[in-house]
Amino acid sequence: MDRQVLLVILGMALVTYLPRMLPLVILSRTQLPNIFLRWLSYIPAAVLAALLTPALFLPEGRFALVGNPYLLAAIPTSLIAIRTRSIALTILCGMAAMVLLNYI
Amino acid sequence: MDWQKEIERGLKSAFPIVLGYLPLGFVYGVLAREAGLDLFTTVLMSVFVYAGSAQFIAISLLASGAAALSIIFTTFLVNLRHLLMSASLVPYLRRYHPSFLALLSAEITDETFAMAMAHYADHEPSLFYHFTLHLTSHLSWVLASFLGGLTGNLLGDPSRLGFNFALPAMFIILLILQLKNRKTLLVAGIAGALSVGIALLWPGNWNIILAACLAATIGVAVEPWIDRSC
Repeated sequence: MDRQVLLVILGMALVTYLPRMLPLVILSRTQLPNIFLRWLSYIPAAVLAALLTPALFLPEGRFALVGNPYLLAAIPTSLIAIRTRSIALTILCGMAAMVLLNYI
Repeated sequence: MDWQKEIERGLKSAFPIVLGYLPLGFVYGVLAREAGLDLFTTVLMSVFVYAGSAQFIAISLLASGAAALSIIFTTFLVNLRHLLMSASLVPYLRRYHPSFLALLSAEITDETFAMAMAHYADHEPSLFYHFTLHLTSHLSWVLASFLGGLTGNLLGDPSRLGFNFALPAMFIILLILQLKNRKTLLVAGIAGALSVGIALLWPGNWNIILAACLAATIGVAVEPWIDRSC
């Protein structure tokens, strides 16, 4: 087995556990600073956007606006996402859009 | 018995979460196998990391050959939000022994947190309830990952079935669920633009961490102006 992958999982487990555990176990009497909490509240949306845009605009590592199936498939996928707010439906629709685009 | 009732309530709370985790865990299992993980490591990640979006991100980074440290740091950043949830549970659970809380907190997720908070709005806190909710949800995630991992290799070429767009689609819906107001929309827009820009200038997958931290900082900095203009 790949030791590199095992190390990654171990590291991920540790950095995931600590933020889950520390406030409940240790910080139960103190309060996290307000400005840090506000910064944290932006992080999920910021990380997801930062992950999404390269996947859409740089599919082969190069910037592509025209004839880019990822960008095209993102349009119906976003509409379904906004409409249904369902994770499973959105993924299915996205995959279906991609399959259709490959045929055209 | 009291504890039996609490376990029953925990199972009831877990039910909708299980319904959501089963398909999602399955997709994770399939994608993890396509990213090159074996069945054992695929399931191992669901047991020890147990964080949906971070696991999806990690396998897409692993497949693109990102550095281990960059994957771990991205995971840390994505899962930092659990600090908020863990801190919000303190008023309900502070009377329990820290060793129980250290165990219980290992399985805090967005969904179990939301469910527990809704439950505690009109029920007394209970460790029986909370552990049942957590363990049932986690078990369904691990089981679904295993089943997806088993199926993964049987599907053949991933792009034939559109699996190459499964992760981008996942990011789209998770992002849309996060966009609560104009401020998060602005921060997401800045993060997205910065991420592409940094990726073009500087290869190596650090664009995600850098863009997210910068955009969140800008968000905090411009908050007063946006609040005033609303």
